[in-house]
Amino acid sequence: MARVQTALVAAGFRRYATYRQATFAGAFTNTVFGYLRCYILLSVAATAGGTMVGYDRSQLVSYVWLGQGLLAVVNSWTMLDLAERVRTGDVVADLLRPVDPLWTYLWTDIGRAAFAALTRFVVPLVVGAIAFGLYVPRSLLTYPLFVLSTLLAIVVCFACRYLIGLTAFWLLDIRGVMMFWVFVSGAASGLYFPLAVLPEWLSTVLWVATPFPSLLQAPLDIAVERGGTGHALLVCLGQVMWMVLLLLLCRWVQTRAVRKLVVQGG
Amino acid sequence: MADIRDTARVYGRVLRAQVRSQWQYRTSMVLEILGSMVVNGLDIATVFVLFSVTGALGGFTGTEVLLMAALSAASFTVADLVAGSADKLREYVRSGLFDSLLLRPLSALLQLAVITFALRRIGRAVQGVVLYIVALCVADIPWTVERALFAAIVPISGAVFFASLFIGGATVAFWWVESGEVANAFTYGGRDFTSYPSTMYGGWFRDLFTLGIGFGFVAYFPSLVLLGKPDPLGLPTAVAWGSPLVAVVAACVATAFWRFGVRHYRSTGS
Repeated sequence: MARVQTALVAAGFRRYATYRQATFAGAFTNTVFGYLRCYILLSVAATAGGTMVGYDRSQLVSYVWLGQGLLAVVNSWTMLDLAERVRTGDVVADLLRPVDPLWTYLWTDIGRAAFAALTRFVVPLVVGAIAFGLYVPRSLLTYPLFVLSTLLAIVVCFACRYLIGLTAFWLLDIRGVMMFWVFVSGAASGLYFPLAVLPEWLSTVLWVATPFPSLLQAPLDIAVERGGTGHALLVCLGQVMWMVLLLLLCRWVQTRAVRKLVVQGG
Repeated sequence: MADIRDTARVYGRVLRAQVRSQWQYRTSMVLEILGSMVVNGLDIATVFVLFSVTGALGGFTGTEVLLMAALSAASFTVADLVAGSADKLREYVRSGLFDSLLLRPLSALLQLAVITFALRRIGRAVQGVVLYIVALCVADIPWTVERALFAAIVPISGAVFFASLFIGGATVAFWWVESGEVANAFTYGGRDFTSYPSTMYGGWFRDLFTLGIGFGFVAYFPSLVLLGKPDPLGLPTAVAWGSPLVAVVAACVATAFWRFGVRHYRSTGS
């Protein structure tokens, strides 16, 4: 079984490694948005007297540039092929394979994330470090915790996108769902601004009742050491909870979707 | 003259056919129109979330920031309605379908615009314009005849500027099919840039985007003119009045680039 998984991860990696121009274009765009968001947050912090809701200058810089890099790794904005394959009926081929499509897509997506981590994560990070100067974590424990939290974020985001893909079994056209997802996952995951900026009740609701903060805010807060190691472990625990919950939900919805599926022709 | 009227009628027919066909999925269309309005509203809300931290952005008050954000929204959404589908060009280039546009005795650019017209964007555009009118009403503007005229012209010139960017960005696809994301940095990036006062940015980045590319002339400089405020960054007010000229220049550059691109188009050959 481990061989199957390695092969799938490698396949995902290789597939995205062939899109060299798109990788370059994406990294360029992330970098431009990095400059934009970095200046905006720094300007707000400067007006507020140096810090913004507890983030100091270098923490904000790290927050923005790591966020731009992670956006491509977590990849919340590109949908899986699943919906398109449901629409065309190709999903039948996925279902016929000996591996459950949920896991096939998950392992391939992890391969994709690995490629993104080596390319699109690094570029904005280097630019941010040179142009603004990043926050250097005080505790060595922050690095492995950040990696763990990022891995969890990748799986949580994958599960969300897989669920959206599954809605194609009922809706056929997922454009509407996707539009809401793109905006909500941007604003509520902490891409545009740290969630702490929001009124306290709203950010609490987002943290407790939605998986969105698990996508970006969680690994970003860990990277800038907001709240210490205990808090970081708690955040990771929350991510694990969302991961399990969403994967179970994927399984359940998929079973129902497959029961509904009618394959035409012969 | 009759020629122009005939041509316009042809485009009108194609446009009507597009609208009719998209209107067939009525529920989906209504939902998409409403959905995109919500998303657009939340975009403006993002500006005010950051505004709420200190009660000011880049040294400007609430109604002033609203004026800039609304002018940016009106310009962008109208441009998006007219030319936002230009990025479909890469599909046309990739598949070789662009040949069919060149074969017809009509402008390829206008054909592309009417064929890819997306009705679902109309809600946002109306919303953007309404928001701009509201912002004009609540902002503290020392009204004169010139300012009133200027207020009417700048959303149009801003839309022309963004439409030029959409077209310029799409044209890159003639050489580089996977270029979509680079264009996004300037179209969607430009929308985000123009939603905030330029004083918030710094260094070469501010100079490049505000003056070099000209984003400052979409919302920031026109808003300063309307508010009767001098530019904290030191641009003479007379230059700020020239914002519509920047849009004209952008349109000329984009059109020239498009023509250059079309001349370099090589079909897929299949």
